[in-house]
Amino acid sequence: MDVLDIDYMLGLLPVLLRYLPLTLEMAAAGMVLALVLACLLAVIRVLAIPGLNAATLLFISFFRGTPLLVQLFLFYYGLPQLLAFLTQINGITATIMGLTLHFSAYMAESIRAAIVGVDRSQTEAALSIGMTNGQLMRRIVLPQATRVAVPTLMNYFIDMIKATSLAFTLGVTELMGATQKEAAGSFLYFEAFITVALMYWGIVELLAWLQRRLEKRLGEAYRR
Amino acid sequence: MIKVQGLVKRFGAATVLDGIDLEIQQGEIIVVIGPSGTGKSTLLRCLNFLERPDAGWLQVGDLSVDVTQARKADILALRRRTAFVFQNYALFANKTALENIAEGLIVVNRWTKARAHARAREILERIGLADKADAYPASLSGGQQQRVGIGRAMAAQAEVILFDEPTSSLDPEWVEEVLSLMKQLARERQTMLVVTHEMGFARDVADRVIFMDGGRIVEQGVPSHVFTQPQDARTRDFLRKVLASQTSPVP
Ligand SMILES: Nc1ncnc2c1ncn2[C@@H]1O[C@H](COP(=O)(O)OP(=O)(O)O)[C@@H](O)[C@H]1O
Ligand SMILES: [Mg+2]
Repeated sequence: MDVLDIDYMLGLLPVLLRYLPLTLEMAAAGMVLALVLACLLAVIRVLAIPGLNAATLLFISFFRGTPLLVQLFLFYYGLPQLLAFLTQINGITATIMGLTLHFSAYMAESIRAAIVGVDRSQTEAALSIGMTNGQLMRRIVLPQATRVAVPTLMNYFIDMIKATSLAFTLGVTELMGATQKEAAGSFLYFEAFITVALMYWGIVELLAWLQRRLEKRLGEAYRR
Repeated sequence: MIKVQGLVKRFGAATVLDGIDLEIQQGEIIVVIGPSGTGKSTLLRCLNFLERPDAGWLQVGDLSVDVTQARKADILALRRRTAFVFQNYALFANKTALENIAEGLIVVNRWTKARAHARAREILERIGLADKADAYPASLSGGQQQRVGIGRAMAAQAEVILFDEPTSSLDPEWVEEVLSLMKQLARERQTMLVVTHEMGFARDVADRVIFMDGGRIVEQGVPSHVFTQPQDARTRDFLRKVLASQTSPVP
C-alpha cells in the first residue's frame, strides 16, 4: 500500500457523517450551557459579590488549571464513586458537563474583560439620565461588550468542537470514536484519520468564515 | 428652583465638599470657577448622585431629599430632574447621534420610539447637526460629539443642566461652536450650572459666578463684581493666574 486509498476515504466519509450530528450536538449543548454559566460568573466578578466572588475565582482557577481530559475522567469515573445518584451518568452527559465547566471558566474571563472594557463614562452618562442598572446593562454595556467578546467566544466554540473528540475516551461513539472503530477494522489508519482531520478542519473553516461575517456586521456601528 | 444645603462629601479622610449651600433660581445661569482639585466636579456629581454625598439636603423642583436617607427611587427621580454634560462627551458608542438623544426619552420617560425620534430630530436641528442624525460618535469631531452630549441633556428636559468643563477636552478649533450652543441655551433661559475655565463665557453669559476653593464656596456674585473687585485673596490669586494664561498671545 504505497498510495493513498482514495476510494476507501470517499466511502468512509458518509459513514462518518452519520456521527457528525452527535459531535455538533455535544458542542452546541456545551456552548449554550457554558455561555449561561460564564455570564453568571462574569457578572459575579464584575459586581465583586462578596463570598461568591472568591468561590468564582477558585472555580475559574481550577478549571483553567487542569487538563480537560482529567476533568472528563473525574466526572465520568470519579464522581459516581463519590455521589451515588451519578452512577447512571453516561459518556455524553459527562462530556457536556466537562465542556461546560471547562470552557465557562475561560469564557467568564473574556466576558468580564469585555464588560469592564466598556468606557466607564458611558455608564455614568446612562445613570445620569436616570437609567436603572438593568437598563444600562441591557442597552449600553452588553451590546458593546458583545461586540468585543464575540470573536473570542467563537474561538472557544471552535476549540470546543475539537474538544468533543475527547468523548471517545469515555466510550462515546462520536466522530472520533467512529473513526477509531473504522480504522481498527480496515487497518487503513492513515486514510481514516486524515479523513476525520479534514472533516474537523472543514467545520472549523466554515465557522471561521461565519465568524468573520458576524464581526463585520457587529463592527458596522463603530466604523469611522 | 434648586436648593443645596450643607452638602458634604468625603473621600476617605479627605473632605472634598465642606458644607455647600447654594440656591439656583429657574432660568439662572451660574458659572463655577476655582483651582483644580477644589471639588467643582464633585459638587456637580453629587447633585446628580453620581457620587453619594455624606450629608446635606438637596431640593430640585418639587423633589426634596435628605441625601443620607435617599433611596433608589429618590436617586432616579433626582437624576431625571438634572442632566449632565461631561468633559469627555461620554456618548453611547453603540448608538447614533439621533439615538443618543432619544435614548433617555425611550428608556427613562417611556416614550414611543417614533415620538422620541421626532423630538431628537428637533433637537438635532437646534444644535445644528440635523445632517448627522445617523452618524455614530466615532465618526464625529470633538465639537460635534459635545454638541450631541448637550443635545442629550436638552432632551431630558431637566430642571437644570450641569456642565463639567464641557470644552476642556476639545481641540481649540471646536471650542467656539460648543460655547455658542451653550450661549443659545442661556438665551432661552435654560437653567445651567457650568464649571468652566472659559472666563469670557462667564463674563458674557453668567448671571452669577461662584468661586470655590478647598471644598467651599469662597465668594460669589455677578460677573462684573467678582471679576473686577474680588473680595477674597484666593479669588484674586486665581483670577490673576487664569486671566494671565488666557490673554497671553497664542504662539
Ligand atoms: N472617586 C474619588 N475618589 C477619591 N478621591 C476623589 C475622587 N474623585 C475626586 N477625588 C478628589 O476630590 C478632590 C476634588 O476633586 P474634583 O471634584 O474632581 O475637583 P475639581 O473638579 O475642582 O478639579 C480632588 O482632590 C480629587 O483627587
Ligand atoms: Mg473637575
